[in-house]
Amino acid sequence: MSSQVLFDAPGPKARVRHRIIAVLGILALLAVLYWVYGRMDQRNQWEADRWTPFLRWTTWDTYVLPGLFETLRAAALAIVISMVLALGLAMGRMSDIAPLRWAVGVFVEFFRAVPVLIMMIFTAFFLSRNDFTPTELNPLIATVTGLVLYNSAVLCEVIRNGVSSLPSGQREAGLSIGLTPSQTRRTILVPQALTAMLPTLVSQIIVITKDSALGYIILYPELLTMAGRQLGSKNGNILQAYIFVAVMFIVINYGISKIAEAVEARQRRKGRTAGPVGSSEVLDQPSTAGGPDLKANTQLGGGGG
Amino acid sequence: MLELIEQFNLVAAFWMTIKLTFFGGIGALVIGTIVAVFRLSPVKILNGIGTAYVTLIRNTPLTLIIVFTSLGLWGQLGIEPATRGSENFIPTLNFRLAILGLAVYHAAFVCEALRSGVNTIPVGQAEAARSIGLTFPQSMRQIILPQAFRGAITPLGNVLIALTKNTTVASAIGVAEASLAMKNMIEFRPDVMVSVFLVIAIGFVILTLPVGLIVSYFSSRLAVRR
Repeated sequence: MSSQVLFDAPGPKARVRHRIIAVLGILALLAVLYWVYGRMDQRNQWEADRWTPFLRWTTWDTYVLPGLFETLRAAALAIVISMVLALGLAMGRMSDIAPLRWAVGVFVEFFRAVPVLIMMIFTAFFLSRNDFTPTELNPLIATVTGLVLYNSAVLCEVIRNGVSSLPSGQREAGLSIGLTPSQTRRTILVPQALTAMLPTLVSQIIVITKDSALGYIILYPELLTMAGRQLGSKNGNILQAYIFVAVMFIVINYGISKIAEAVEARQRRKGRTAGPVGSSEVLDQPSTAGGPDLKANTQLGGGGG
Repeated sequence: MLELIEQFNLVAAFWMTIKLTFFGGIGALVIGTIVAVFRLSPVKILNGIGTAYVTLIRNTPLTLIIVFTSLGLWGQLGIEPATRGSENFIPTLNFRLAILGLAVYHAAFVCEALRSGVNTIPVGQAEAARSIGLTFPQSMRQIILPQAFRGAITPLGNVLIALTKNTTVASAIGVAEASLAMKNMIEFRPDVMVSVFLVIAIGFVILTLPVGLIVSYFSSRLAVRR
């Protein structure tokens, strides 16, 4: 239901009322902003010294760019590894071999229920106790491991969901030309599911990028650690540093969500998928989320009808 | 195993997790409903405020929001939701700041869940509400929102499950919940690291699995039959 039907086209009276509410709304918003401004002013947060460090190249050179690089590195590694792992898991979860199906099922349900941070902390401690990885790489490996375990489980469900949303004729056609069930899945169903779920997969990238900030807690030098904690405490502008980091994250993630929307619009236009275009419902889940009922969730969200 | 649980007072840690989930959830529900009404309202400005809220919050990492409530809101702006000088000043303060952060963050997702709930209501109902002369607030209160909540049980349940797991981020500002307990336990007893991890992980499975089951039970029971 689009929200346009919730109310009539406003008549003269309603227009006046809407204008009054709009003015009140703006006033309330301005009041809040003014209060924040005043609060910051009281504590001299508007002093130029606190904001100018972001204009200096050395700041970017020593803090922002390395932090951004580490954030993107962890996110990129996690995305690639969890996609590959998710494909394998999805094949396992749809396999005809029952024990394999159960094993993968337990794996997926377990790692969807455990917080990402718990896995990051455990991996970080585990690696620092056993010296089989270089010490300086430990935070990166721990961050990526946490992200991969959770997101591969979620992406596995996304793929499985995509397969089950395909018309049953797709599978029947594969079987009728003599392909085995596993060949049918590999060559017909999964590729189509991936296309159908492409927008969801792209928006999962946002979740991964956002969650990489959990690395802050295990001392991984990502954007929040570098440009927030370190830069902020060095220049004594903690508030400004965190605002700056927030803006950077919002810009990056907003960009990715626009890409997801463009992909979805393109698929609609071309009619390229056999099944319904996957909704961006996963995007609507908080990061480190993934309820046990992803399927119902996607059906409910639909294409946003 | 039992000795571990007692030695590090794991029950208290998980009780903290549950409290964070409970209060954070209520806060998120209240803020999220308001934002959802804003986003559905005919007034463009309110609409814009709601959309801006969701876009900004949804694209910001939760870690940043939680850390910001402590270092930014409290440390720099002096917003202090606890009485100074009372015993447990710092733990209470951090606990309330963490709840604020969790509520603000998850409200954006509650809002989106409610909007998807509104999408399950047939267009005809809104038209019928209008045709019998109900105003926007009336049709919201009497027709749309009650059904939207019922239709949104599954996504709301997912937000609740996510919230339960996300309470671990509160350890970033020193709230003594399960993940901080795990950190301490591993530091003091690195020899039993794996069982510590399993205990904590199973604790979360126990917390989130029933929610999932209850949610799917109620979403099929309470869904409005059409």
